[in-house]
Amino acid sequence: MAYELNGKKIEHDEEGYIADVNGWNEDVAKMIADVEGIDMTSEHWEVIHFLREYYNEYQIAPAVRVLTKAVAKKLGPEKGNNKYLYELFPYGPGKQACKIAGLPKPTGCV
Amino acid sequence: MAKFEVPVLTMSEEPARDIPEIQAGVMAHSRPFLAKPEHNKPLGFPDSLVDHWQEKALERMGSLLKRFRSLRVFLDSCVKCGACTDKCHYFLGTGDPKNMPVARQDLLRSVYRRYFTLPGQLFGPLVGANDLTQETLEEWYTYFHQCSQCRRCSVFCPYGIDTAEISMAARDIMDHVGYGQKYCNEIITKVHKIGNNLGLPGPALADTLMGLEEDVHDETGHDVKFPLDVEGADVLLITPSADFFAEPHVDGLVGYAKVFHQAGVSWTVSSYASEAANFGMFIGSYEQMYKVANRIRKAAYDLKVKRIVFGECGHAWRVAYSFLNTLAGPWDFLDKDYPVPQHIIEFTTDLIQRGGIKLDRSANENMVVTLHDSCNVARGARMGGVPGGQFTLPRTLLKACAPQYVDMHPDTINDKTFCCGGGGGLLTDDLMELRVKGAKPRVEALKNVMTQAGVTHIASLCAICKSQFTKILPYYDIEMDAVVSVHGLVSKAILLG
Repeated sequence: MAYELNGKKIEHDEEGYIADVNGWNEDVAKMIADVEGIDMTSEHWEVIHFLREYYNEYQIAPAVRVLTKAVAKKLGPEKGNNKYLYELFPYGPGKQACKIAGLPKPTGCV
Repeated sequence: MAKFEVPVLTMSEEPARDIPEIQAGVMAHSRPFLAKPEHNKPLGFPDSLVDHWQEKALERMGSLLKRFRSLRVFLDSCVKCGACTDKCHYFLGTGDPKNMPVARQDLLRSVYRRYFTLPGQLFGPLVGANDLTQETLEEWYTYFHQCSQCRRCSVFCPYGIDTAEISMAARDIMDHVGYGQKYCNEIITKVHKIGNNLGLPGPALADTLMGLEEDVHDETGHDVKFPLDVEGADVLLITPSADFFAEPHVDGLVGYAKVFHQAGVSWTVSSYASEAANFGMFIGSYEQMYKVANRIRKAAYDLKVKRIVFGECGHAWRVAYSFLNTLAGPWDFLDKDYPVPQHIIEFTTDLIQRGGIKLDRSANENMVVTLHDSCNVARGARMGGVPGGQFTLPRTLLKACAPQYVDMHPDTINDKTFCCGGGGGLLTDDLMELRVKGAKPRVEALKNVMTQAGVTHIASLCAICKSQFTKILPYYDIEMDAVVSVHGLVSKAILLG
């Protein structure tokens, strides 16, 4: 299974999570967001870039609370909550935002 | 929102007796993703479906029958009385007759009869004995992944046949021929490699815990610690990794930390055994259960703790309460004055009784709370060393934390509780239709008390239940934040200082 972008194949799993974290760039993100039906605004990009930064440091997506705190810092305290993140990513910040950010899907009881 | 039809709630006064019309084959399409070689190899399973798989499957079935006498008894003793037929939430939510527990059991039973009993060998289908074919294997894969191993049916079975054990055996056989399920096998692989289901490495765990210390300090002004890998702590907390990661789980973790802080008990989390869940049980693998459980032993031994306390995780408590001593004992290096292991709810209720902590109900005054009994706690374990303690202790605790508590219909609580719809290794997005439909009986009972008694929140003591409700309640027009952690309420009500 693969996405096609500018004649290049980008492998992904059954659910559309890309296989290689390093094969990600903003065009890939836009394409996945398109498939997910999400119109990327600057708020979306803030979240995506934070996810990438955190992943680069810790090899895992941030916990929901870590993410909401970061969002509060960047976008204002009224936006630092789970509900706002679900408005941005209706299928859940943990999973849908990770997919667009090119990160592996969080597994377990989440 | 959904690519399938969400069941219509009938708002029946008797939600457990709302029996659907039979719809043969309506869930025949539902299957989780198959495990890939990278999920199978580390667990010692074949990469993919092996050659001569029938032979190997029967060989494995034979060895399970020898090893677990219970399995043979369960396969032999069904008299087709029908008591179980309307007790499974997946049947009640889908109407697919193969989700009647007896029909699910018969998928394995018919093969057992054909190859392991004399009448079956002689008379075949005349005595309910069938060949093991590719079609059988596909049906196994489909319908043994529509059983959350919740054991509600076994409560009503006059012979006590445990469908969960049959479904575990079937999954074990499938794993041994290279036909396992991705969700479970990928997760167990992560536990062996990283220490938890999430794949949360030590540094990320440390960062997360430090962040929680800051949060609690900002909110309360108290220095509540979230210690990691502290040698010589009194208590080793074993909790589901979802408690570090997800909402509303993390509120529960904050609650545990505040309880330890206020009680003055030193405690620690281990980065090596940063997981309470033991998915080895879901795939029926004694070997995997053993390996995962022994990570806890090693962590307890290495950190030189005196006690082990389990956080809010349903099946972890079943494994801990019922099997931990067999799997990872003897625990002779722990303090014998305390139960091994202890549940955080036992720990907290005991402190309340002894006046070690004080709670202020008014902190939760806008809530009307109900409790969702988690299957594996309700039907697979106990709390407080007394029969039924697993039902009374969580309720006692909730009533101490909130001024208003209401139970759901008696046919849907305690040992008759309905599964949340996502237990037993089915909490995966590829089974979303099953999860939404299987939640129907529970949601029906919840909606009843919401409309009739003003219930606002459903408290849960299991990471799977919490995640499942967060995801599926919105399908039934209930806000996702209606689900809370039991210790999330403790966290708000506890008086610090």
